[in-house]
This record gives sequence, structure tokens and C-alpha cells, in this order.
Amino acid sequence: MARDMSDKDILKMEIEQLQKEVKNTREPVSKTAKELCEFVEAQSAEDPLIKGVPEDKNPFKEKGGCIIT
Amino acid sequence: MCDQTFVAITFGPCDSCSQNKPLMNIYLQNEPVNYCSLCVELMACQGLAKGETVSTLRAESENLKAKLEEERAKLHDVELHQVAEKVETLGQFVIKTRRTLKGHGNKVLCMDWCRDKRRMVSSSQVIMRSAAVCVLQEHAVTMPCTWVMACAYAPSGCVIACGGLDNKCSVYPLSLDKNENLAAKKKSVAMHTNYLSACSFTNSDMQLLTSSGDGTCALWDVESGQLLQSFHGHSADVLSLDLAPSETGNTFVSGGCDKKANVWDMRSGQNIQSFETHESDINSCRLYDLRADREVAIYSKESIIFGASSVDFSLSGRLLFAGYNDYNINVWDVLKGTRVAILFGHENRVSTVRVSPDGTAFCSGSWDNTLDFNPV
Repeated sequence: MARDMSDKDILKMEIEQLQKEVKNTREPVSKTAKELCEFVEAQSAEDPLIKGVPEDKNPFKEKGGCIIT
Repeated sequence: MCDQTFVAITFGPCDSCSQNKPLMNIYLQNEPVNYCSLCVELMACQGLAKGETVSTLRAESENLKAKLEEERAKLHDVELHQVAEKVETLGQFVIKTRRTLKGHGNKVLCMDWCRDKRRMVSSSQVIMRSAAVCVLQEHAVTMPCTWVMACAYAPSGCVIACGGLDNKCSVYPLSLDKNENLAAKKKSVAMHTNYLSACSFTNSDMQLLTSSGDGTCALWDVESGQLLQSFHGHSADVLSLDLAPSETGNTFVSGGCDKKANVWDMRSGQNIQSFETHESDINSCRLYDLRADREVAIYSKESIIFGASSVDFSLSGRLLFAGYNDYNINVWDVLKGTRVAILFGHENRVSTVRVSPDGTAFCSGSWDNTLDFNPV
């Protein structure tokens, strides 16, 4: 495995990988960041840790207490 | 791959020059061959003859890295937080620890949520426990090794996987009978040549993904224990992994001591993308955009002088929870890059932070032997 490889072999592996990666297609940050913000904002409406959860729907609400009738 | 050289006393025709000589059994590309000592020398010199020394390779590697950075920089036309200026600011983040689980007698090293969102499994130096946070019912399994560094719940909720210094990942079927001896039903699935650092089931109970101190990740068939795919590319211990959240999920990311985060294709075993951080990048969390193929945000503060050991997103991805070695959890606004809360709940390093599957709670495990459960 990696620990048994000589420095030379590790470097060759890295070089082969880098040669492949240089050719990857990529998109500009202006486009991807905008899409990221849109995606997260859309999902935020359903995110309990952001919007909170009404007491009656909270699965972890403490049970107990008294009701006065 | 590795070349290993053994010396054995055999005499016969050399696989390279065909002359009858004392032979050395060596492995080339994992295939055993018999070369005479002269041919072994010649082969070793060939590498050098082309001028291919460690330093020339290193120079070529640095050149390629610089080229890659150049390509990436061309598309770095704006910062994420600038685009996020239009996004509504978050309200104040308030959360209280509802329950502290003290069942572990040792440092908590790892935890995972069950998909039913009510149960969790956690592991520590010696024991693995599964606990239900609503119903106080627990199973505990004593492990034969110290440092159970990884644990995971299967999608069905019926099986748990864990491992650590035993170099293996084993699965345990859970039962409703508290008294049942779970350890007796243990089944070893994954075998690495060094410690197991992380494990995760894929979308089914049938496949298990593992990462190891041996520098590799691997995909296993749980039933047969067969290795389905191995992932080579890290040049040091792999410490963590996470699957892409998708029904047809076919990629995962791994993080290693070689300061790289690698994105892998599960079917082909190929390393698709890789992100490397630099010497000076400690004590920060970073966001990498896969389509832009670069880092787009850094979450850090000068006041934070300890590293983060574990991170997880909230359901929408707007919040990032990170557990640090300074005993705190910092909650970050992913888009704006600001910190929205610090949570002080532990008396030792936070080793693991996980948000529940429905996003209604998060749990943190620590070297103070406890787990803090924090619901909305």
C-alpha cells in the first residue's frame, strides 16, 4: 500500500493523477457560487436547525407537564 | 504499486535474458518473475539512465501542480461570500444540549445516526454502544481491540459496523433483546493492513466503504466479505470518508494525512478530483466546489488556534458544524463565511459531530467520554 511504496513510485502516481486532473473541465466560480447559494436558500426553508420546529412537531420535545382543566 | 524483492536460491533460465543463472524472485507490477542479478541491476539502472531521479520527478510534480492551480485560478472570478451578500442573514442560533449520554467509560471516537433518526451508534476506546435517544435503551458490545475508531449504522437500522486498531471492519446484527450477546454474531468484512479510520454503508446494507491507515479506501460486499473495489491514490493514512448524498450515489470523498481530499468514482476506482492544502493551512475548515474545482470558502478565525477534527452540514447545507480540539463546536454560515455560534459543552477534544438524518438535531462525541445530544 502507500506505506510500502518508494518515494519514486509515490511521485509517479501523483504525476499520473495530476496529468489527468489538469484536463478536467471546470466552471467559473461566479456561476457555481450563484447556484450554490440558490440551492442552499431553497433548502433552508425545510432546515429545522435554521427555521426551528413548532413545539407540537418537535420529536425531541420533553414530555410531561400538567394540564389544568 | 509496490515492488518487493526476495532472495531465494533457485537456478534456471532468467525471465529477461534467458541465460541459466542463480535467480532472484522479484515482483514487477505485482507479478512474480525470476530475474538473474545482472538483469535486476540493469532494470534498476534504466530508471536512472533516463535521468528519472526522485528530484526530477518532484520537479515535474511541482510543475503540474502549478499548472493545475493556474487552470483553476482562471475561473476564480469571484468569492463565494461576495455572491452570498444578497443572501438573507441568519437569525441568532440558539441551541441547548438536551441530553448528555455518559455510557462510555472511555474517549468517544466516533458516532453515526440511524436513518430512523432516533437511534445512534457510538464507539470508544474499547466499547461500541448503540443508544436510542428517546427511549433509554442501550446495547453495548465489548470489542476485542482498543480504539474503535469507526462505527456506522446500516440503512436498515438492523446492523452496525465498526473497527479500529484491529485493522478490520466487522458487522454486528442488532437485536431487540438487550441481553443477547452481540459479540457472538460478529462477522468480519473488511481487512486492511493498518488501522481502520472510517466506515460507512452505501445506500444498502450490502456494501461497506472503509478507509484505513494503510493509505487506501475499499468497497466490500458485506455478505461474502469480498473486496469489490479498492481506491489507491493517497500517499499517507486516510483518516475519513463521506459518500455523496445521492440515491444513485457513485462518488465519495476521502481525506488523508497527505493533506489531500480525493473525490473517487466508486465503480471504476478512479480518483476524479483532488484538493490539496498547504503547510500553513491548519485550524481552518474549507469548502471546495467540485464544479469550479477549487476551494471557495475558508472558515477560520485568529482566535481559533486548535484544529477541527470533525465536520457536518445541516440539512440545507447553510450551517457547518465543526468540532475542535479546543473542546468547542463552532457553527459557521457556509455561504457568508461567518461564525454564527460557539457551543461549549465538552471537557475535552470533540472527536465527532453529526447532524441527524432529518436535520432536527446534532450530536457531538468527545474525549471527555460523553456524547451531547442537541435537538432543535
